[in-house]
Amino acid sequence: MPTLLSAWFNSHQPNLHPPSFYSLSLFRSSHPPPSPNPTLAMALSRFASSSRSGSLLKPLSSAISLRRPISTDTTPITLETSVPFTAHQCEAPSRTVQTSANELLTFFRDMALMRRMEIAADSLYKAKLIRGFCHLYDGQEAVAVGMEAALTKKDCIITAYRDHCTFMARGGTLLEVFAELMGRQAGCSRGKGGSMHFYKKDSNFYGGHGIVGAQVPLGCGLAFAQKYSKDEAVTFALYGDGAANQGQLFEALNISALWDLPAILVCENNHYGMGTAEWRAAKSPAYYKRGDYAPGLKVDGMDVLAVKQACTFAKEHALKNGPIILEMDTYRYHGHSMSDPGSTYRTRDEITGVRQERDPIERIRKLILSHDLATEKELKDIEKEVRKEVDDAIAQAKENPVPESSELFTNVYAKGLGVESFGADRKEVRATLP
Amino acid sequence: MLGVVRQKMLGQSLPKIRPAVSVLRSYSSAAKQMTVRDALNSALDEEMSADPKVFLMGEEVGEYQGAYKISKGLLEKYGPERVRDTPITEAGFAGIGVGAAYYGLKPVVEFMTFNFSMQAIDHIINSAAKSNYMSAGQMSVPIVFRGPNGAAAGVGAQHSQCYAAWYASCPGLKVLTPYSSEDARGLLKAAIRDPDPVVFLENELLYGESFPVSDEVLDSSFCLPIGKAKIERVGRDVTITAFSRMVGHALKAAEILEKDGIDAEVINLRSIRPLDRSTINASVRKTNRLVTVEEGFPQHGVGAEICASVVEESFAYLDAPVERIAGADIPMPYAANLERLAVPQVEDIVRAAKRACYRSVPLAAAA
Repeated sequence: MPTLLSAWFNSHQPNLHPPSFYSLSLFRSSHPPPSPNPTLAMALSRFASSSRSGSLLKPLSSAISLRRPISTDTTPITLETSVPFTAHQCEAPSRTVQTSANELLTFFRDMALMRRMEIAADSLYKAKLIRGFCHLYDGQEAVAVGMEAALTKKDCIITAYRDHCTFMARGGTLLEVFAELMGRQAGCSRGKGGSMHFYKKDSNFYGGHGIVGAQVPLGCGLAFAQKYSKDEAVTFALYGDGAANQGQLFEALNISALWDLPAILVCENNHYGMGTAEWRAAKSPAYYKRGDYAPGLKVDGMDVLAVKQACTFAKEHALKNGPIILEMDTYRYHGHSMSDPGSTYRTRDEITGVRQERDPIERIRKLILSHDLATEKELKDIEKEVRKEVDDAIAQAKENPVPESSELFTNVYAKGLGVESFGADRKEVRATLP
Repeated sequence: MLGVVRQKMLGQSLPKIRPAVSVLRSYSSAAKQMTVRDALNSALDEEMSADPKVFLMGEEVGEYQGAYKISKGLLEKYGPERVRDTPITEAGFAGIGVGAAYYGLKPVVEFMTFNFSMQAIDHIINSAAKSNYMSAGQMSVPIVFRGPNGAAAGVGAQHSQCYAAWYASCPGLKVLTPYSSEDARGLLKAAIRDPDPVVFLENELLYGESFPVSDEVLDSSFCLPIGKAKIERVGRDVTITAFSRMVGHALKAAEILEKDGIDAEVINLRSIRPLDRSTINASVRKTNRLVTVEEGFPQHGVGAEICASVVEESFAYLDAPVERIAGADIPMPYAANLERLAVPQVEDIVRAAKRACYRSVPLAAAA
């Protein structure tokens, strides 16, 4: 068994945070917004002017007597992404990003919710309340959250089967998730789809696809329709490093480039296609370059701010110039699915290493704490809240009934023309499709 | 609006009363039990050992030991030249397999499930099935496409389809559907040795099931003939045809029917193409009644072909309309209760057999 840990670290060294992980420069915008607390504003501006170089910023708690309400502060904060973007056939966006306390706390909460949801799904699967396949996204939350922050609901997202968190980011509810996973009526697909088939068309989330790679041409098709309809919106088609070698991807990309479709192909590179490491499946694992004539960007997918920046950039690019590829360097803590232990093809050290060094939620937590945007207790309270939300939704989902038997025959067609459909015993169970 | 209509069966006459017939088991008395998984693994192992041209190719077949552990230990034994992990690119590696077969090698191409074979179906049909014909015999294609087929448990619409009818409609292909461990060993060995493209449809839910295997079955030269069905249970009153997992259901149904004095003959088709029409017709000529059972969609399914064959060749012998039990005519739902309604159950087979024997009880009116 090759030790992937050393190979991974060697090839990914640039992505690991350099020792000065906290090297962030905090400087006020040129027009400081009105502050309810002039003392605070003065204290912070004095503070900012004295700390240009990268060093751990210590909160001046003694100078701050009044804490701003954490959830509503939209004062711009300027930060840098963990690493610069690497570009192919285009000019990389700046690694300087604008955010705010409000945004960072929203990111924290959303990712913590997703994390909790996926871990709860693990337990439900082991309790046999979830059947079949269940592909969990924990570790990759920053991609879903950062992407959503850069988009509007007019933009489309389509992904494969690791779709629970993407569905949530598009406005799905926990009840819809857990009810669907448990095959109940309140599920987003009324229990008929299952884990791999979540959809939310009213938010332009197009699923939820089980066949590796199929969602990419479909996503280019959405982009085609958007352009055709002159909607001034884009489609993000997500796929994994395993799907990146699929021929249909290149066929769809070729057409998208010929026709200047507003398609953004996002490779969520978690480095393993089921049990196969990327270097065993791809001659060139530089997925952001695989578009050849199509530009690409490599992004630290564990940094939600980098993801947002890259998606903003990509959206602007695609609307003007056609398809672009984003490679999100990310990681999944779970195995490929609940049937895969995830430890036969990678070491536990590698998994814990990523958790310690690159976890997206921890990253935001450290940012929030180091900028004194909230206390540790406040963040822990958010995590407790989120845990309760998840537990409540699960309890609700468990009470929810299974689909009626008549649902067997609904939605086979949009227009059934009155034809008959049959159950297993065609003389016993039959229905007329409306 | 939808109406789920239960058809009323008008009470038919004359229940057939027969003395209880002892069930003849047609496999030899065996001391050893073997799972289907081990049967497939040992068959692959033996054929790879016997012929260096045989190699295995597919996703996770090597280092991962097989997605369902069918190829466990083979990488260690035969090395990476002969046990090849592929990227997730079915069209690509299926085509590569067919090309290798053109040149004279004997690839065994694994699809993680046959749902993914649709990505490669052009190569299976156009590159493999038709080549020997188009080239007037120059290009035989000794390839085996194997993997799990049909429904598993709760895997949803895109992962549950049965492809037996689709592949079996294509001339140039041979399509095999093992049920027991004996079937798995004998048919896989036959498939690998066969000079034509074989679609080998396994079933995930059968992998863990154990069956008795005789010494003859365990011998490395063991091989079953392609195109011959097996009569799993001899009977007199009604013929039930089934393949793959449904054979188990049919056998259970036969036990229930026996208590009601109906002696069912259960045929394990083993081979969908060529279909063993003579065994099926001989059985129907004996019993005069037929129930076909399959997991897949009913329209244009295996049962439809069997029914047509029987009507064409043994019409005068039929005493009742042919009954078809199949998967529901809908995409596979995820919810457990709906999935149960979408897949044939033992009671469906029992009910259909009773109808064929004019023994069904009139159903209550629909609510």
